[in-house]
Parts: sequence; C-alpha cells; structure tokens
Amino acid sequence: MFARRRFVVLKDLLEYIGIEPGRVFFSWISSAEATKFQATAKKVVEQVRELGPATRLVKDIRKEAA
Amino acid sequence: MNDITRQLRERARQLLQEGTVDCVIGYAQGSVPMQEQPFFAYTPEEADKLVWTGFCTNNLANFLIKRSGKNAIVAQGCVSRNIVGLIKENQVQRENVYILGMHSPGMLDAHKVQNHFHGRTIVQVEEEGQDIIVKGMDFEERLPRKKFKRDNCFTCTHRNAVLYDEFIGQEGPQTGGGNIDNVAAPWEKLDSDERWAEFEETFKDCIRCYACRNVCPLCYCDVCFVDENNPQWVGKSLHEPDVYTFHILRAFHCAGRCTDCGACESACPVGIKMRRLTSKIEKDIRQLYDYQPGLDLETPAPLSLYRPNDPDVAE
Repeated sequence: MFARRRFVVLKDLLEYIGIEPGRVFFSWISSAEATKFQATAKKVVEQVRELGPATRLVKDIRKEAA
Repeated sequence: MNDITRQLRERARQLLQEGTVDCVIGYAQGSVPMQEQPFFAYTPEEADKLVWTGFCTNNLANFLIKRSGKNAIVAQGCVSRNIVGLIKENQVQRENVYILGMHSPGMLDAHKVQNHFHGRTIVQVEEEGQDIIVKGMDFEERLPRKKFKRDNCFTCTHRNAVLYDEFIGQEGPQTGGGNIDNVAAPWEKLDSDERWAEFEETFKDCIRCYACRNVCPLCYCDVCFVDENNPQWVGKSLHEPDVYTFHILRAFHCAGRCTDCGACESACPVGIKMRRLTSKIEKDIRQLYDYQPGLDLETPAPLSLYRPNDPDVAE
C-alpha cells in the first residue's frame, strides 16, 4: 500500500469540505535528511501560523461536558 | 406482477430445485411501501416471494461477505460491480456465487416520493411502464417515474450487470441519461467558507445510526473504526466534529472502491445526501487515475499502486 495516491485523495477531500488549503501538508523526507526535515517543519509552522487557529473540525470538550 | 419478477422466480425455483445453489439472495416485498427488503430463498417455495421493482435499492453484494455455501444473487449493474470488487478484495470467491444479472431501469427514491405527498401516508406504490401509481388511504395519483428516480441512477453508466452467470430478462440501455461530471463534487466551484457551510448543512442532521455504513458492501472490517474503543479513533458523541469526522472517514474508506450504488442515501432515515462527499472522491479517482471501480476482475485497485507520473501534492 502506498501513501502517495492516498494522500492526494485525502488532501483533496479535506479541501473540498472547506479545510483551508495550507493546513494539510505532506512531504517525502528520508531519515537521513535532517536539514530538509527542519526546513519543512519551519515552513509548515509559518504557513499554519499565517492561517491562524483552526475553527473547523475542532472539538471543544468543555462544550461537550456542559 | 411484472415479467422480470415472473422470470426471476422461475429461475430461482429451478436453481434451488436442481441444487445448483443453496440459497437465492434477492429482494422481497417489504413490510412498509417503497422499502423492498433483502430476502433469502432456501426452498423452491420461498422463491415465489422474490420481487423485482423500482425500490430494490439495497446493495445485495453486502450479504455475500462471510457467507458459506453456494449462493445465487440478484445483481443489477452496481451490485455486480460491488461483487467484482469483493472478489478482487478476496472477500468472495467467484465459484461460490451464481450471479443472476439484471438490467436496472433506474431505481426510485422513496424520500422523493414521500416528499411529494408532504407527510401523507402512502399505502402502496405500483409501477406501470414509465409511470408510478401512488395510493394512500384517500387518494390515488399517477406520476411520471422519471421524476422520482434516485440521483445516482440518473448518472449511472452501467445499468446492466457487468459480470453474471445468466441474465434475467433483456439487457437494456447502459446509461441513465445524466452526466456525472455535471453533478459530481457540487461544492468545487465554491470558496473555502462556502464549502464548509455546505458541508455542515449537509451532515448536521445525522443521528449516527450507521445505516449508511451497514448497507455498504465496502464496509466489512471485523471492527469498524467507529466501534473501536482501544484506541478510540473518533468520538462517539453527537457533537458536530465527531459526526463530521465519521462521515469524512467513511467516505475516504470507500475511495477507489465506491460504485455509486446509492444504498447509503437510500438507507438514511433523515435523508442525508452523502453522495455530495463520495462523488468528489469518485471523480478524483476517475480523473487522476483513470479508474472506475468494479468493471473487471483484472485491473488492480488504484490506491494499491502508483506511477512515477502521478500528479503530486508534495512540496
């Protein structure tokens, strides 16, 4: 089983229902590519920070308890 | 009784009499109108309960899973495609199933008929050529069949069984007249906020009865992710994120396997249109990987492979 096609379909589905593009991210990084991992993580964090906190599909446990 | 029902009963009776099969899986009149129910005929006499109407909306392929003995099964286009899928996924052995191929005239949507009569009690619905005759306690109305067809039957492209041992009746036109590309993934043209609003609107009434999962011939895991407690993949509450997560994952599990048989929508007690979600995946699989599920026994499942020139999302 391969992640490649699965991820394309999943990302497309999530964006289709209104999860903002840029919140879901996928990359190929080997265990030997520390620099690439660092750069990618940085990029993802920056990108998500720009979008702000998620408002969709967020479970508020306080609401549930009430 | 229509002609196809008569032929079906006759062949079912013969198959059971000869001992070719142990059981014939088909549809019988339901206890309420517009809800034909799955039926298992074990004796030649029981074969006389089988029917073939416009309300045969359950996907019978579901009942072949984990079944012993040799079974005959009534299979229109979509059902036969799901049987092909189950054979490919090693859930059903070809030699244990005797497929009675059918031509689907396009099945009817009980929700649509009921909505037309605004909650008035319907006692009986008969079909006569291109019309349906709806009877209640104090009314009777003749209506065009076309108006009440299920959405997925409009855009169907394989109305005849794709795999069968014998065909009951005549093969008919393959398509329902509609073009799937005009209706699939209806929210694609909207922006992100509008998409979310549509998504919420579509699924907000879900009561998590899991009827959509239970009728689906693709859902045969021993323990479904929604029933699993350890680990618990998705919350069991009626809190919106839990409900939505269930529907997103249910749809995704059907990726590259869904034949758009519409059983989920037909089974839903509150009339949720889950095809708005599944049609997006079906479209992606068709356009990105040039694949339509269940058409033959050879082509491998699209999500079990990749090609170097596949469209990519990384980076």
